[in-house]
Amino acid sequence: MIQPDGKAAAWAEAERLTAHFRAAGALPVEADILQPADTLLDLYGEDIRARAYVTTDPLRGEMMLRPDFTVPVVQMHMSSGADPARYTYAGEVFRRQEIDPDRPVEYLQVGYEVFDGQGPAAADAEVFAVISDALAGLPLRAATGDIGILMAAVRGLRTTDARKAALLRHIWRPRRFRALLDRFGGRVSVPSTRVALLEAADPMALAGADIGLRGRDEVEARIETLREDAAAAPISAEEVSLIDTILALRETVPMVLSQLRDIAMDLPAVGSAVQMLSRRSDALAARGVAVDSLEFEGSFGRTALEYYDGFVFGLYIDSRPELPPIATGGRYDALTTVLGGGRAVPAVGGVIRPGLVVSLRGGA
Amino acid sequence: MTIKLGVPSKGRLMDKTFDWFGSHGIGLRKAGSEREYAGEVTGLAGVELVLLSAGEIPRELAAGRLHLGVTGSDLVREKVPNWDTLLRDVHGLGFGGADLVIAVPQLWVDVDTLDDLDAAAAAFRRTHGFRLRIATKYHRLVREFLRDYGVADYQLIDSQGATEGTVKNETAEAIADITSTGETLRANGLKILSDGLIHASQATLFKSRAAEWSDDDRAAWARIEEMCGL
Repeated sequence: MIQPDGKAAAWAEAERLTAHFRAAGALPVEADILQPADTLLDLYGEDIRARAYVTTDPLRGEMMLRPDFTVPVVQMHMSSGADPARYTYAGEVFRRQEIDPDRPVEYLQVGYEVFDGQGPAAADAEVFAVISDALAGLPLRAATGDIGILMAAVRGLRTTDARKAALLRHIWRPRRFRALLDRFGGRVSVPSTRVALLEAADPMALAGADIGLRGRDEVEARIETLREDAAAAPISAEEVSLIDTILALRETVPMVLSQLRDIAMDLPAVGSAVQMLSRRSDALAARGVAVDSLEFEGSFGRTALEYYDGFVFGLYIDSRPELPPIATGGRYDALTTVLGGGRAVPAVGGVIRPGLVVSLRGGA
Repeated sequence: MTIKLGVPSKGRLMDKTFDWFGSHGIGLRKAGSEREYAGEVTGLAGVELVLLSAGEIPRELAAGRLHLGVTGSDLVREKVPNWDTLLRDVHGLGFGGADLVIAVPQLWVDVDTLDDLDAAAAAFRRTHGFRLRIATKYHRLVREFLRDYGVADYQLIDSQGATEGTVKNETAEAIADITSTGETLRANGLKILSDGLIHASQATLFKSRAAEWSDDDRAAWARIEEMCGL
C-alpha cells in the first residue's frame, strides 16, 4: 500500500503526528525492532506466530520483529515507574500475512500512550480526543466500545467461579465464548463421553500408563472440577439474554447508556462499568467530542490482539471500506498486570497509521 | 514445451503412483539406475516425469515449476498458503491415506474433546507455569485448527520425527501427527481426541494454476484427463 516513493511522505506525516502528541505532553520514546519472542508468545499465544515474523539466532533464541509498540513501551514504563506519564513513538511495525498478499507486511505506526492511575475516564477521553484532533479535517467515522462492560457482566453472573473464569478467558475469542455460554446456559447438552466419565464407578479405571508431565493428580483434580460443574445449575435464560443484549448493542453512546442502565437493574454487577461509561461520555463531551452521535458497539474490539479490557475505539475511512482503520486504541490495564509481575498501572493508548493518512489526503 | 509431472521419488508412494498411472495406460518409471532421479514416460507424448521429494512437490506446484504433481493433500495444505488459489485438487488417488490427528496420553481420562483439551491447557499453565506443549511438524494446520476452535494456552513444539515418543520423554504433553491405523499412537500410550481429526489426507493429483500452460500443454492435459477418466 505504501509505495517506496510514498514512504518519505508517510514519515513526514509521522513527524507531524509526533509533534502533535508532544504538544499534548508526551515524551518521545523508542523501542527495539527485535523483541524477545517468549514474552509476546506468552501474552498472545501461538496465534501471534501467524501475525508476526519470527527469527532466531543461536544465542538469544527466537526473536520477533515488533508487531506493535505496546509491549516494549509498557515494559519501559514499568521499569521507570513515573506516574502519570505520557509517551509517543513512531516507527515500522511488521505483520506477517498468510492470507491476503495485498496487505502490507510493514508500515508506520505513531502512538500516544497514557499511564495515569488517577482518572481513567479522563485518560480514555484524552487519548480519543488527542488522536481524533490529530486527524481533524479527514472524513472519518469513529466506532467505540467497552470490553469492561462485558467483563463486568460475566463477573456478575449467578454461577460458579470456574464458569466465570472460563468465559473471561475467552472474551477475545467470540465463537468459543458463545459455545461456552450455550453449554453453561444448558442450551447445548454435555458431551456424552463426559457424562459417561462422571457416571463411572471408577473414572480412572481406563486410565493408561503414567506418562508425561500432566500427572494423575491433575487428571483427578479436573474430574472433580467437572463434577462441580455438572452439579451446578445452568446460567438462567434471563442472564444469558442480558449478555446477548450487551453483545448486540449498536447505537449512539447516549442511547446505549440508557439501555445499559436498564440492564443494570437486572444485573447490578455492571453498574460501576456503566458509571464508568457515563463519566467517559462526560469527559469526551468536555473535550468537544460530539458524543450524541458517537457510535457504540457492544462487541467492538473483541477480535483485536488480546489485551484491551476497557474502552476501545477505531477511526475508519467511510469512503474506503477496503482499508483497515486509520487509528485504533483502547485501555489495557490487564496487560500491565501481566508484564509488571503483579504490579498494575492503568494504561490507555492508541496508534495512527500515517501511511493511510497520506493515501487518504492524496486520494491515492 | 512439455508438461512437467512431479512424483515422489521413492517408496510406496512412488510405486503406487506409477501403478495408478500404469493402470490408465500411462507408463512411468525411473530411468537408468535405481539411484538416479530421472524419469521416463511411455504411452503419452508431451509429458516429462520429474522425481522429487513428496515434501517439495507442493512448493514446486505453487511456484509453477511443475504443471502436475502427486503428493499428500496434508503437505499441500501445510506448505502452501491459500493453496486453493494456486493449485487445483484434481483427483484423490485412493492410497497413501493417513489422518492428521491430535492425540493425548491415555492417562487423561478427563480429556476426550477439544473443549477438554482447552480446559486442561488452562489448568496445566496455572500448575506448571508454562503453556501446554503439543509436538508436531504440521505447524500451520494445527495452529489454524486450534485457533478456529478457540483452544488457548498451548504451544507448538517442533518435532520432525518420532513424535509419538515426545510425551513419554516429557518434551511435550500432547502431539499432532499423521496416523493411518492409530497403532503406533496406542503403543506409545496415546489416544486420539474424538473431535481431533485435523485433516484426512491421501495421495492426490494436483494441477498448478501458477504454471504456464501452452496450447500443446493443454492438449496433453486433455489427453491425460481422457486416459485417466478425470
